[in-house]
Amino acid sequence: MQGAQSVAPRRSKRPKLGWQARREEREFYLFISPWIVGFVLFGAGPIIGSLVLSFTEWSLLDPPKWVGLANFRQLLADQFVKIALFNTIYYGLGSVTLGVTVSFLLALLLNQKVFGQALFRTVFYLPSVVSGIAVALLWINIFNPDFGLLNQVLRTLGVQNPPGWLVSPQWAMPALILMSVWSAGGSMVIYLAGLQSIPEHLYEAASIDGAGPWSQFWNVTVPMMSPIIFYNLIVGFITSLQGFVQIFVMTNGGPANATLVIGLYLYRNAFEFFKMGYASAISWVLFVVIIAITICQFILARRWVYYEGDLTRS
Amino acid sequence: MKVTAPTQSATQIDDQRAVAQAKSRKRTLWLIGKLLVYGLLIGGAIVFIIPFMWMLSTSLKPAEEVFTYPPQFLPTFFLWHNYIDGWTILPFNTFLINSLIVTIANVVGNLISCSIVAFGFARLRARASNFLFIMVLGTLMIPREVTIVPTFILFSQLKLVNTLWPLILPAWLGYPFFIFLLRQFFMTIPRDLDDAARIDGASTWKIFTAIILPLSMPALATVAIFAFIGNWNNLLDPLIYLRSEELYTLALGLNLFRGQNFTAFNQLMAVSILTLLPVLVIFFVAQKYFVRGVALTGMGGR
Repeated sequence: MQGAQSVAPRRSKRPKLGWQARREEREFYLFISPWIVGFVLFGAGPIIGSLVLSFTEWSLLDPPKWVGLANFRQLLADQFVKIALFNTIYYGLGSVTLGVTVSFLLALLLNQKVFGQALFRTVFYLPSVVSGIAVALLWINIFNPDFGLLNQVLRTLGVQNPPGWLVSPQWAMPALILMSVWSAGGSMVIYLAGLQSIPEHLYEAASIDGAGPWSQFWNVTVPMMSPIIFYNLIVGFITSLQGFVQIFVMTNGGPANATLVIGLYLYRNAFEFFKMGYASAISWVLFVVIIAITICQFILARRWVYYEGDLTRS
Repeated sequence: MKVTAPTQSATQIDDQRAVAQAKSRKRTLWLIGKLLVYGLLIGGAIVFIIPFMWMLSTSLKPAEEVFTYPPQFLPTFFLWHNYIDGWTILPFNTFLINSLIVTIANVVGNLISCSIVAFGFARLRARASNFLFIMVLGTLMIPREVTIVPTFILFSQLKLVNTLWPLILPAWLGYPFFIFLLRQFFMTIPRDLDDAARIDGASTWKIFTAIILPLSMPALATVAIFAFIGNWNNLLDPLIYLRSEELYTLALGLNLFRGQNFTAFNQLMAVSILTLLPVLVIFFVAQKYFVRGVALTGMGGR
């Protein structure tokens, strides 16, 4: 009896849709139908597809062969996968940490109501817009140990034996990380917009309470900016895992596999060795790594990201 | 005014002096702070701009000056011919046309498909709407590498490898980032406008084309620019899908040039600059749209 009573109101809460609402729903699906097709063909479909493929052996020439867990067993024993995973995380941590620091610092500087703000913003932002192979070629040139610009500057500054950068196994990865900082301007613009949208009254209130600039920075600016920083950390890390094209052009994984990242190893297996099944297995490892790192960041975020009550919902 | 001056007591004068001292100390601190800010900004700006200068100077150097030790920042004379020599060493005109075809098809496709989808998410109510939008955001987070192999297999089954289609088709089926960007923008347009039009008997499609789209030109411009730059710079997809040289895009052509002629760095830089020119021009003409797009998505991405 009681059960029936409690069910009845719930049922009345979700009445059948009226004809207008039903028409609106039909129109909704009509409008988003391009995305649905795209999602099936280029989003969800390939994800499931690559999971299925990871249990097969397929060179595209012969029909695919079901091999069970063989690919994953091979993966665990594959020395290159270990190297590539290490390098990927090295690159991701390095470029994201340095990138977030530099771009946040630049945004803070630009936010000091400086003269020529627009000009500075343009200068810092520009490198992040140009990317791809032209830029990779430029940096190959800059990093050249003998004829490159960077080592010439270092020698002028008195460094006796400047590093070999892209041709040195120790310095190739730091070089790539250094280069990635050049495009920190993209997130700088995000931070700048965020800084400018912090309400002035928060600073006024803090200053009435006797907070100096330092304390205002830590107690107003940082908490207000933390969601944006957090978002940039996640997106930055995911993009850094994908950015193997620059590496492909600049070092192609070398020297001595020092810059072999997982994306590049996957590319080689799929499009140079035509091991589609094995490449798919690698891609799933990458996928799992990304999800794991994103979850870690979300857990860590609880400690320091501050959401203003009315901003948690976008 | 003058009358009050002699009546001031000694302590008052001391107070004033202390206040003035504190003020001047504050001023000095402020000045040091400003100097530091400008110093860092100017230093940073130089570091950020120098690679471009190096690119330009290398592109104008005679071949023998590219590999001199120690390297010279400026060429002894400007060899403008590097630009013509580099451009004609490979069929870069063909590559340019291919790049234009792919990029324009992507821009148009993204504008049409993403605005339609974004309108659905921003304006039309459906029970699964929130769930599906989370799926859109979810796909935003999926790394390209995960989908690259199955997508390649799909196109190879369709016999479309070594055509420009794999580089064009996906753009016509919505791109999550742009759907997200446009949806955020559409949400800022007051619904009253839709309601008024609906009362006047406008269909949903009419509201989309006659009200929402004309009011969204800044956001559409942002999408167009992002799509242009993203495709113009794209090397991965051409690398995977294109085999014949007559289909190569500029990025792929540049890669070919480098593979064949690695030491001609002056010409390589010259062609690189030429391929970057459209991006640079768009950036300087339409910088405000970049900043707006970044702000629109960066802020809403929580």
